[in-house]
Amino acid sequence: MTAIGLAPVFAAVVRRDLTLALRRRSDVLTTLFFFVIVVSLFPLGVGTQSNILRSIAPGVVWVAALLASMLALVRLFASDFDDGTLEQLTLSPQPLVLLVAGKVLAHWLVSGLPLVLIAPLLGLQFDLPAAALRTMTVALLLGTPCLSLIGAVGAALTLGVRGAGGLLALLVLPLYIPVLIFGAGAVSAALDGMSVNGQLSVLGALLLIALALAPWAAATALRIALE
Amino acid sequence: MLEALGLDCIRGQRRLFRDLSFDLAPGQMLWVLGPNGSGKTTLLRLLCGLLRPDGGGVRWKGKDVRRFSETFHEDLLYLGHAPAGKEDLSSRENLCFGLAQMGIGVASHEVDSALEEFGLADLETIPARALSQGQRRRAALTRLAFGADRPLWILDEPFTALDTQAVELVRVHLARQQTRGGCVVFTSHQDIEFPGAVKQVQLVQ
Repeated sequence: MTAIGLAPVFAAVVRRDLTLALRRRSDVLTTLFFFVIVVSLFPLGVGTQSNILRSIAPGVVWVAALLASMLALVRLFASDFDDGTLEQLTLSPQPLVLLVAGKVLAHWLVSGLPLVLIAPLLGLQFDLPAAALRTMTVALLLGTPCLSLIGAVGAALTLGVRGAGGLLALLVLPLYIPVLIFGAGAVSAALDGMSVNGQLSVLGALLLIALALAPWAAATALRIALE
Repeated sequence: MLEALGLDCIRGQRRLFRDLSFDLAPGQMLWVLGPNGSGKTTLLRLLCGLLRPDGGGVRWKGKDVRRFSETFHEDLLYLGHAPAGKEDLSSRENLCFGLAQMGIGVASHEVDSALEEFGLADLETIPARALSQGQRRRAALTRLAFGADRPLWILDEPFTALDTQAVELVRVHLARQQTRGGCVVFTSHQDIEFPGAVKQVQLVQ
């Protein structure tokens, strides 16, 4: 029995959430299937004109990613709140902000990363060229962690509120707009053969801002939820 | 070591207690008594610093528990009335993750002996949702076996749902904590005899 420092505590928080996700695979798969199906419905509904498909692809993929990441958010802190795990996290000798960051990391690994990995495959349905697919993957890689981080603040604020799901969507979706604009913008620019550095830099900047502020805001909201 | 100074608490429209003061010296136990809804859990959460008192304050070793929370948390072992374990994880996993969260690293053989002591050795791989109420409670209480370095234990209803053998086990752990010079604050509706001195706080409706 020894006292352990921040890194092992952080690792334990991430590992626990990943283990839980593995035990309840259906939750993870729901998010992924939702994303796949929503994105796949558009080519079926819009028709096969590849110029139309190409032009709507960036928006469709990003909107589907936003909605899919919303699905898993409600559960981010709710079960920890109900079973007392959140109290224990708050009473940990390590800063709550970093433990919350660990939970968000685990959440992104199970609900964001799969979307990034499968998106290029879905992009093929829209007849996207290789350059656009590459940009889309990079943009999603930068954008989906933002979604998880911003979403965590919403999830913490709506904790213990009745009808949290609907409220969470109202609270969080408007905050997703910058990510949507620059994420979809990057893919559109790549389609037009223009440079995408600007959009990707903004996405990177958004990620850094979210990384710096969101865990702190979420931790404060969680402390308030426990009072 | 633990001092409550003029604690006031209002939840919703109701005043649960006002100007509540006490202090605990090393090796002392505090038994919080009172009918259902009199604010026992609220008092324990106040002592942990989870709640902000409406007046007064709580000090541990002379320092406010909310202001100096990180050093305070290094001394604290808190078991709430919720199990703080996951339904889908086994008792062993819940114990290891729970201890890691508290900043306690354990070796595998220490976990084995603690689970065996609490009668969970054969059940350690079964997910918590398949355990009985009493077994879940035992699983949560297994943390007490690793509480030797924590001078303050705050336990919400540690004896609920336990059989006589497990009650005895918890009693032994509390007595050990007392002889180590640690403090214990707990609530219980059961009549339990302790060898050492027990302070009492009576809350009223």
